[in-house]
Amino acid sequence: MKLDTQLLADVTAFLNIEADMLDNKEYHQWLDLWLESGLYIVPVDHNATDYANTLNVAYDNNKMRLARIERLTSGNAVSTQLSEKTVRTMSRFRILDDVDGLVRVRCAYCLYEDNKNGVRCYPANLQFKLARDGGSFKIAEKVVKVMKSSQYLTTVSYLF
Amino acid sequence: MKTQIKVKNINSTSDLVLDDRVHKSLYSDEKIFEEELDKIFNNTWVWLAHESELPEAGSYKTATIGRNPVIVVRDRKKNIHVMLNRCRHRGATVCEGKTGKTKAFTCPYHGWGYGLDGSLRALPKPEEYENILDKAEFGLIKVRTESYQGMIFATLKDDLEPLEDFLGGAKKWIDLFMKQGGGYPIKTLGDHRFRFPGNWKIQLENTTDAYHFPIIHKSFISSLDEEASEIFDFLDGDGFVEDLGNGHSVMVMIPELVDLDENLDEPIPERYGDLAKQLADEGHSDLEVRRLVRAVGGGGFNLNLFPNVACSMAFFRNLVPISVNETEIHHIALGGDGAPEAFNQKRIRLHEHFQGPMGFGTPDDGEAWERVQAGSMAGTDGWIMLHRGMSKLSTSADGNVQGAVCSETGMRAAYQQYKKLMSQSSEQ
Repeated sequence: MKLDTQLLADVTAFLNIEADMLDNKEYHQWLDLWLESGLYIVPVDHNATDYANTLNVAYDNNKMRLARIERLTSGNAVSTQLSEKTVRTMSRFRILDDVDGLVRVRCAYCLYEDNKNGVRCYPANLQFKLARDGGSFKIAEKVVKVMKSSQYLTTVSYLF
Repeated sequence: MKTQIKVKNINSTSDLVLDDRVHKSLYSDEKIFEEELDKIFNNTWVWLAHESELPEAGSYKTATIGRNPVIVVRDRKKNIHVMLNRCRHRGATVCEGKTGKTKAFTCPYHGWGYGLDGSLRALPKPEEYENILDKAEFGLIKVRTESYQGMIFATLKDDLEPLEDFLGGAKKWIDLFMKQGGGYPIKTLGDHRFRFPGNWKIQLENTTDAYHFPIIHKSFISSLDEEASEIFDFLDGDGFVEDLGNGHSVMVMIPELVDLDENLDEPIPERYGDLAKQLADEGHSDLEVRRLVRAVGGGGFNLNLFPNVACSMAFFRNLVPISVNETEIHHIALGGDGAPEAFNQKRIRLHEHFQGPMGFGTPDDGEAWERVQAGSMAGTDGWIMLHRGMSKLSTSADGNVQGAVCSETGMRAAYQQYKKLMSQSSEQ
């Protein structure tokens, strides 16, 4: 197997920035990482493929992403008012393919949340479709397969 | 006038549930919780599933009645059975996963095999049971089940009144609720499940609580366009809450959306303009388009069915008590069976917008419920107030007690049924 370590390094660097922005609530900069046509998806069923016709935990197009950031930052949502910073760790990056300027990558992920009931952790498999954009990328699709999403979660006051 | 409420020496449900308030121990006392499982969940009709969740022979859903795990399954003759999820040999569950499809139920421990109707079909090495086991007596234990409008209920109490009698005045509202398929039968489209650290009755109350909506859901309302946000500004409107008997109640928030078959000639709301155009482009007649668009956002009311399900505007809300201070909620999305894809897709998107762990509504409800559980423990005044609207009650067209849309009439109805069931002797 031939490894493109440069692409892996570029992708890893980009996704680390994406996670760092979310941990530090730099939500407006985070919005700039996206293609306007991009989709942010947290499926209920990890085996689903037709996300548009399936119930998801979140299925955000550009309009919904903007609304969600407004919700997270406006102070109108009581569940987000006291939300602390989160800690995301990622590892096991793997490039799945690189076709027509679109890189598909997946990695292991865990989000730790400082919640009033304790520290909660949400392990997940992340899948991205990244569109090449000059020397960097734009997110075409982010799918977060959070453990237990098909059984039960708690309510969430941030983005995975 | 000063009301004197005794807070000491409380020892029975009749002391804990008054006409206008309930005691905080109903949220926190483990002994009361165990008693609720016995006296309420083991003694009434408990909602388990919608028939569309079991589309084919062999389709099943697992659920619970109080502390009893059960299987809801459709057999080869398309009959629906509810059975205890417990092998008759040594007690292991014979069915796992929330939904699925199977040809039979086989215990993984020793291989006892049961048919879809629960009958014991075969077991390995039967010779050691010769003359001591009659297979006919060792099927999965069946639970009495009845359905109304596709809603499947079951009860552990064989002599309980028929389901339709129990639903009584709520049936009319179930019929109205089922019109939201836009001319197609109702079909479930998946669910969101989440748990919150609070007692199940906090959720039961919430479904009949319009008072909270513009306050806690400010974030959701601000994410809507002007026309839609005006629809949710219903506290000063003509809505009402009606006590339907047996603990059931209906809260009508948007009266003009009670009957989705009516007013089909009204202008298409701007927010559904794209959907209407897409449906028309697909060749649906003007009447079909209007019927679908009018139904896409659901009905204008929440029907609360005691003790564990609500037909809530556009979805089923099913509560599952886990412990005295933990509850699991299922928000089950609905659409039309055979309806245009664009219609069901829009309903799914609307559901995701408000409901579930990452919705724009549910997490704020969850925060409020969690705070009720925590804050209600404070101080020596142990009462949770339910008297909003009591001085302005009227009689509904159906002859029921009715209060304003933001009254607590529905909560009082539920707690009176609660009191009735909890006051039964333990032997029942």
